[in-house]
Amino acid sequence: MYPDNFYSSTFTLLAETEVGKHFYWNIAGFLVHGQVLIVIWFVFAIVLTFAFLGSRNVEQIPRGWQNFMECVLDFVSDIAKNQLGESFYREWVPFVGTLFLFIFGCNWAGAIVPWKLIELSEGELSAPTNDINTTVALALLTSLAYFYAGLSKKGLGYFKRYIQPLPLLLPINILEDFTKPLSLSFRLFGNVLADEITVSVLTGLVPLVIPLPIMCLGIFAGSVQALIFSTLAAAYIAEALE
Amino acid sequence: MDSIISAASVVAAGLAIGLAAIGPGIGQGNAAGQAVEGIARQPEAENKIRGVLLLSLAFMEALTIYGLVVALVLLFANPFAG
Repeated sequence: MYPDNFYSSTFTLLAETEVGKHFYWNIAGFLVHGQVLIVIWFVFAIVLTFAFLGSRNVEQIPRGWQNFMECVLDFVSDIAKNQLGESFYREWVPFVGTLFLFIFGCNWAGAIVPWKLIELSEGELSAPTNDINTTVALALLTSLAYFYAGLSKKGLGYFKRYIQPLPLLLPINILEDFTKPLSLSFRLFGNVLADEITVSVLTGLVPLVIPLPIMCLGIFAGSVQALIFSTLAAAYIAEALE
Repeated sequence: MDSIISAASVVAAGLAIGLAAIGPGIGQGNAAGQAVEGIARQPEAENKIRGVLLLSLAFMEALTIYGLVVALVLLFANPFAG
């Protein structure tokens, strides 16, 4: 992507972006993208550690980690409550909250941790959400979740929603089931990858100071995208439930 | 890659982003302007307005991002490169 002399600079090393190169692992005949899995495990470890520290010794009056994690829980259950309403939100807090925390962790892990210091033979470590496979998996999970929500609440009557308000709208309603995961996954993938490419292009032009605001914007956009993904997931589930 | 295909892909990638940025640009400008108006009229509602504004800006941004995804596919994973 750049002239050769850029690669030798230590400044630009931290912000290189390689698109379409992967660190393949062969697991039971499947080729998987190893660089994504490594960072995903790292995010799992971080989130689990936070959850463990927050619930290690639970007290009546929260202090320290417990206090912090209760704030986080309040935040994610507010996301669910705003979309799903007071009466249904409790059973969907785990799903929506997990989506939020995982995507948030992935985006921030990619934006903050200097992964480029670790050399891989091919590909590079970065935010797991800049791989389209991760975001498509999350979006399909959301699709399954809202089908499950609708079917478990209304049984087969759920499919009546496809011919409402008019039977004429049936094709559009069916199309919507495909566009929902498509737009969810593309939005997250595009935003995260766009941030990384912008930072790396700017770093290639001016290695010092100038890319900093864009990096901060990347951190901010990462958290907003996590919020949007979980809000939309909750909204789709609410739509199936109503 | 065939040179005519690579040239067409690069032009198409530029157009994909540029055209996709027009609509959301207008929309985001409108939304931000209305939000400022709302805050000027009711400064105590600023926090709520800011939250809704950011969320809706991100939705509009997604439209440009779709263009970006198309451009990235054309540049890095071109299906016609053969």
